Amino acid sequence: MTASNKNKTKHVSYKKWGYLFLIPFFLVYGVFSFIPMISTFYYSFFENYMSGLKEIGPTFVGFDNYIKLFTEGDLLKYFENTIILWVLGFVPQIVISLILAAWFTDTRLKLKCSGFFKTVIYMPNLIMASSFAMLFFALFSNNGPINLILMNAGIIKEPFHFMSSTAGARGLIALMNFLMWYGNTTILLMAGMMGIDTALFEAAEVDGATPSQVFSKITMPLLKPILAYVIITSLIGGLQMFDLPQILTNGKGGPDRTTMTLIMYLNNHLYSKNYGMAGALSVILFLVTGTLSIWVFKAITGQREK
Amino acid sequence: MKKKVLSIMLAASVMATMLAGCGGTDASTQTEGKASTQAENASSSLEEGKVVNIYCWNDEFKSRYEAYAKDLEEKHGVTVNFVIVANENNAYQNNLDAALQAQESAASDDKVDIFLVEADYASKYTKSEYALDVVGDVGLTADDLSQQYQYTKDIVTVDGVQKGTTWQATPGLFAYRRSIAKEVLGTDDPAMVQEKLSDWAKFDEVASKMKDAGYFMLSGYDDSFRAFSNNVSTPWVEANKIVVDDNIMNWVKQTKTYTDKGYNNKTTLWAPEWSADQGPDGKVFGFFYSTWGINFTLLGNSLADAEGEKAVGNGIFGDYAVCEGPQAYYWGGTWICAAKGTDNISFIKDMMYRLTCDAETMKKITLDTQDYTNNEAAMNEIASSDYSSDFLGGQNHIALFAEAAKKIDMSNISDYDQGLNEALQQTMHEYFEGNVDEQTALENFYQSAIEKYPELTK
Repeated sequence: MTASNKNKTKHVSYKKWGYLFLIPFFLVYGVFSFIPMISTFYYSFFENYMSGLKEIGPTFVGFDNYIKLFTEGDLLKYFENTIILWVLGFVPQIVISLILAAWFTDTRLKLKCSGFFKTVIYMPNLIMASSFAMLFFALFSNNGPINLILMNAGIIKEPFHFMSSTAGARGLIALMNFLMWYGNTTILLMAGMMGIDTALFEAAEVDGATPSQVFSKITMPLLKPILAYVIITSLIGGLQMFDLPQILTNGKGGPDRTTMTLIMYLNNHLYSKNYGMAGALSVILFLVTGTLSIWVFKAITGQREK
Repeated sequence: MKKKVLSIMLAASVMATMLAGCGGTDASTQTEGKASTQAENASSSLEEGKVVNIYCWNDEFKSRYEAYAKDLEEKHGVTVNFVIVANENNAYQNNLDAALQAQESAASDDKVDIFLVEADYASKYTKSEYALDVVGDVGLTADDLSQQYQYTKDIVTVDGVQKGTTWQATPGLFAYRRSIAKEVLGTDDPAMVQEKLSDWAKFDEVASKMKDAGYFMLSGYDDSFRAFSNNVSTPWVEANKIVVDDNIMNWVKQTKTYTDKGYNNKTTLWAPEWSADQGPDGKVFGFFYSTWGINFTLLGNSLADAEGEKAVGNGIFGDYAVCEGPQAYYWGGTWICAAKGTDNISFIKDMMYRLTCDAETMKKITLDTQDYTNNEAAMNEIASSDYSSDFLGGQNHIALFAEAAKKIDMSNISDYDQGLNEALQQTMHEYFEGNVDEQTALENFYQSAIEKYPELTK
């Protein structure tokens, strides 16, 4: 065997291994994600649920489930709830995360104990969402510690029923989402910022740019790909918001169904084993998520190419 | 070349072990399990299964069983396994449904042998094939069942076949605090108090007196619900259409008034605040409770020290008394059903007989626990005796129950009672709290009712 021959075979086999190692992913994805997704599309055209212990259907009903969802249910209301809850949590989250990330990566600022703070702000994310929601439920219950503190401090006279007011319940869910995710977002944005060439910052400094100018003219534009990633993942997560409101409101989405998210609505259908309707709702959710993601992606990354 | 072959083989073996790790183990254990149970089935088709699985939603039945029928375990050589899933949001029923539907393919030790049902949804199961005939299949005789209250048999009887049996009858009464009655009404004598509460107008009058004296008439929104919902003129569902009866709306009206005027403490059923209202620090005059509620729930909540002795001096033990209240009603009740496909029929027969037919045991249960058991002769005997309950300040409440039990009318129950009662209470809470108007609350009720039961219409 000659040396050149050896080199050639090595080169080819690496490529093969690449594909080989990808097989498990595609296999698992196909079995656990792709096939279920296709079957969801399929079942959404059937009437199929349990009446007592009797199974009704499956009977093919065409687009009936979709028509029912739009005419009889309050689908748009739940969509609106979901988006409001997401925006309420995401806006403060991205603002705080950007500020924190900028501070942590700023070489001139040289924050002390930044490692410690980075760990601490990530901590809430380590708590399970369900226990986090239970904790808030207990803290903010009508006779809970928060009400006691507020009453003892003389700020309010009667206990404030957080879970019975739309602003209270939505505010709590947004606050929890913010607390759980701002650490994660900070870390992601920091990674993005540290990837920016420091020479650019130094050059700006030499040219006499102020910190705010550096941030808006250098950091932000170069951060766009990461920002797009953060917004899209957060949007998808937001549309699929379930555990926090479900547990905080005990599955009722109260008050007056103003914290009922799309997935909670889906869960209600699954609870009564209404597979057809749940399938139709999932398909709508899939389309909405897909469209929104593409739109956000285009809007954020498109400008750079122009 | 050798290296290449070696590395491919290595990669392949890594892959193989990975994939084997994913799915292989599961499959192999499953087949093993099946093989062994099949063998067991074959060898023990005439013998009893070793494990009796009992599906229920709280530990009330468990404590009855352990106190009065645990010795049957040894006699039949079985172990009893309780599968407890809470009732709320149909969780118990959904879990039970899934288990029953998997009954045929389940391993014999995993099969449901006994399941418990409540009046609110009993008919769902008795109409199905999953509940066995207690006479034809289980082997109890008509004579065994003769002393049970007729209504307890009617509720689980489909086409003349009785498919469940219960150890308790559940007439409802109004339990009130003697100390508060004395202070506000001037008497704590059950007969005198009953006179002041004999209809809803008088009940409202007393409520306003309680408010003036700094007490609450009722604890929360749902307290009087059963007294209204049991006196409806139509069942919840007629020909798949949801019917909200006028009497249900009377409950809504009353509760809204009570909430606005401060006659209740704005709690919800089963909430910690609601339970606390029944305890030593409670400022609530009374609670609508049926039999199990008095000896099981109210007694437990009235104690200052839950672990302490159940006697006068512990919390407000002895401060409660009962009277009929404004309207006769019943609440709850637990029926024992044998599941189709069980391999423990003889155990089930013995247990059902012991807990629901045997007059001696049932009398003992009543004397021990103050529960009202399902044996007319035994109950009448206690009712006319000088029996008295320490918890109720020496009152013979069994006499009141015996009267109330005769009035129970189960003609308006439907398969949907639990889900719809729960949905209505939940959606109406928001109306009571003033977040939505009555119409919106009703709309929300229909919405969640149809989510729970897709076949229903408004």
